[in-house]
Amino acid sequence: MTPVKQIKSRTVVLPIKDIDTDQIIPARFLTTTIREGLGANLFNDLRFDKNGKPKSDFVLNKADSEACQILVAGNNFGCGSSREHAPWALLDYGIRAVVSSKIADIFRNNSLKNGLVPIVVDEDTHAWLIDNPGADLSIDIETSTLTLPDGTVAAFPIDDFARYCLIEGIDQLDYLLQQSDAIQNFEENRNWTP
Amino acid sequence: MKQSLFDKLWSEHVVVPETAETPAVMFIDLHIIHEVTTPQAFSLLREQGLSVRHPELTLATIDHSTPTTPISSFKDLDVVADGAANQVRQMETNCRDFGLDLLGYGSEHRGIVHVIGPELGASQPGKTIVCGDSHSSTHGAFGALAFGIGTTEVGHVLATQCLLQRKAKKLAVNIDGQIPDGVSAKDIILAVIGEIGIDGGTGHVIEYRGDAISALDMEQRMTICNMSIEAGARAGMIEPDDTTFEYLSGRPRAPNGADWDAALDRWQSLKGDEDAEFDQSVSFDAASMQPMVTFGTNPGMVIGINDPVPDGGDDISFRKALEYMQVAPGKPMTENAVDIVFIGSCTNGRLSDLEQAAEILKGRKVARGVRMLVVPGSQQVKDEAEAKGLDRVFADAGAEWRESGCSMCIGMNGDIAQPGQLSVSTSNRNFEGRQGVGARTVLASPATAAASAVSGYVADARKFL
Repeated sequence: MTPVKQIKSRTVVLPIKDIDTDQIIPARFLTTTIREGLGANLFNDLRFDKNGKPKSDFVLNKADSEACQILVAGNNFGCGSSREHAPWALLDYGIRAVVSSKIADIFRNNSLKNGLVPIVVDEDTHAWLIDNPGADLSIDIETSTLTLPDGTVAAFPIDDFARYCLIEGIDQLDYLLQQSDAIQNFEENRNWTP
Repeated sequence: MKQSLFDKLWSEHVVVPETAETPAVMFIDLHIIHEVTTPQAFSLLREQGLSVRHPELTLATIDHSTPTTPISSFKDLDVVADGAANQVRQMETNCRDFGLDLLGYGSEHRGIVHVIGPELGASQPGKTIVCGDSHSSTHGAFGALAFGIGTTEVGHVLATQCLLQRKAKKLAVNIDGQIPDGVSAKDIILAVIGEIGIDGGTGHVIEYRGDAISALDMEQRMTICNMSIEAGARAGMIEPDDTTFEYLSGRPRAPNGADWDAALDRWQSLKGDEDAEFDQSVSFDAASMQPMVTFGTNPGMVIGINDPVPDGGDDISFRKALEYMQVAPGKPMTENAVDIVFIGSCTNGRLSDLEQAAEILKGRKVARGVRMLVVPGSQQVKDEAEAKGLDRVFADAGAEWRESGCSMCIGMNGDIAQPGQLSVSTSNRNFEGRQGVGARTVLASPATAAASAVSGYVADARKFL
């Protein structure tokens, strides 16, 4: 995994709450067998009309959203299915961090495995970000802080191990494979057979 | 410290304990895999030259992107969903290359991942069970710790039979009292989600307790645990009891002989301590429950069958949902005409679900202009239903009786509703586009769905009993 230390970008704001993974990447695009290319269908049914034309009123289709790497979304982003295609689609499109007041568990886990940074901020900061699309933000993973354009700094919680893996670009499978002695020991000494 | 069932299962499966700096390494007893969320995981194993650590703890099938039309048409997979045929072929290749048994086409045990695990007797008390599917919480009905994972984690389990985990918080959902006639497990869990909200369980494992839960049979318990994720919880679980053990006895992958006695000893000890502490707790009175239907675009937007759709005020997400659903505040959902009815899915695709629907449909006809699909959760459910003549009941009523699979629960296998169509569905998600672009989904119990098919409008099944 490529190390992620800092993200500096304008925000793109999707003020809807409870955006589920079916909205992030509809199920009909999950017949793929690779990770790449899903960005083309990110938010497909919000982004395109039935003829495949971009909907002019959808935020990602607006000119000033171009090249934004930070998505600010309403409460409870990423709820629903366990599809890792959701963070793959966001990353493939160019989003590197998602900011909300709550982020669903499985989506958060999947994001961290791929270097997409899930950020939960306090409600005041969240409300400000929702009300101020296009704000220039600076996210620092090492200090777990997000800096607003006026210099206000908001801290966000992130698991120590997840942070370490992001900063160092650690693949968690490598870490697990290093535990093979402990796993073998567990398998030989437990008092039941699965 | 007093321990709940979750605490005990957690402790038993910790390979390396968690610290402030590192998550726990947790052993997984059963890994269920399907064609949609595994191809990239197998690719990773190939790239790194890794093998599957425990093929015998891996249960593989195909369910999500496969059509539910007759088996003879399966060769035309690409006709129903782009890429589906390639995905299924890749699953067959992956299982062959990595030494895994695949319950694929032609297997009498093929079916939805969360239906076949239990019916084979592979889902057992005390196990940790994962699958690349969020409804893995279903298996918690057996007193297992079961949760959904992403594809990277599928790779972790294939390669190491372990996951990196932080311990979740605990939420007790206590449901006591006599469940009224005409109210099913689906209505109960929809009422719970409506109360605690679709993010009410985030960060938590739910333990369902109380005499109303103990009174449920295993298939109803699975319906309850299945939808834990719709409240944001990773897992939901129920303490195993005689109902659990009787269900498992004699099933193909359940222990037998002396092994059964040893397993039973262990399973009977899997109880939470009295006065175990929970981070949060909510209580419900089963006696006050009624049939429930959703009116919006997530499972928490739910009301009693005869209650008026609420007015969300100026909440833009709420207004967007009502606009998408084309429903008006102040009126009950029973005023909405129905285009399509779906009975099936890992929530409600088991034999007893089909029986509840058949009871309503027997001697009646699906209303003109309504299409009804009945999709058994597995080939075994299909065989059992046919042995009981349920297929005839459905066909005589004018419904389609199909092969097993996820079908209309997830619009990726050819079974979809058309834009704007109102679908009364026994599945678990009424998200925008879940059943097809522009499809309007109303989640309900099998009885409510069958009654709606007959009346042509969203209907109160109690009038048909």
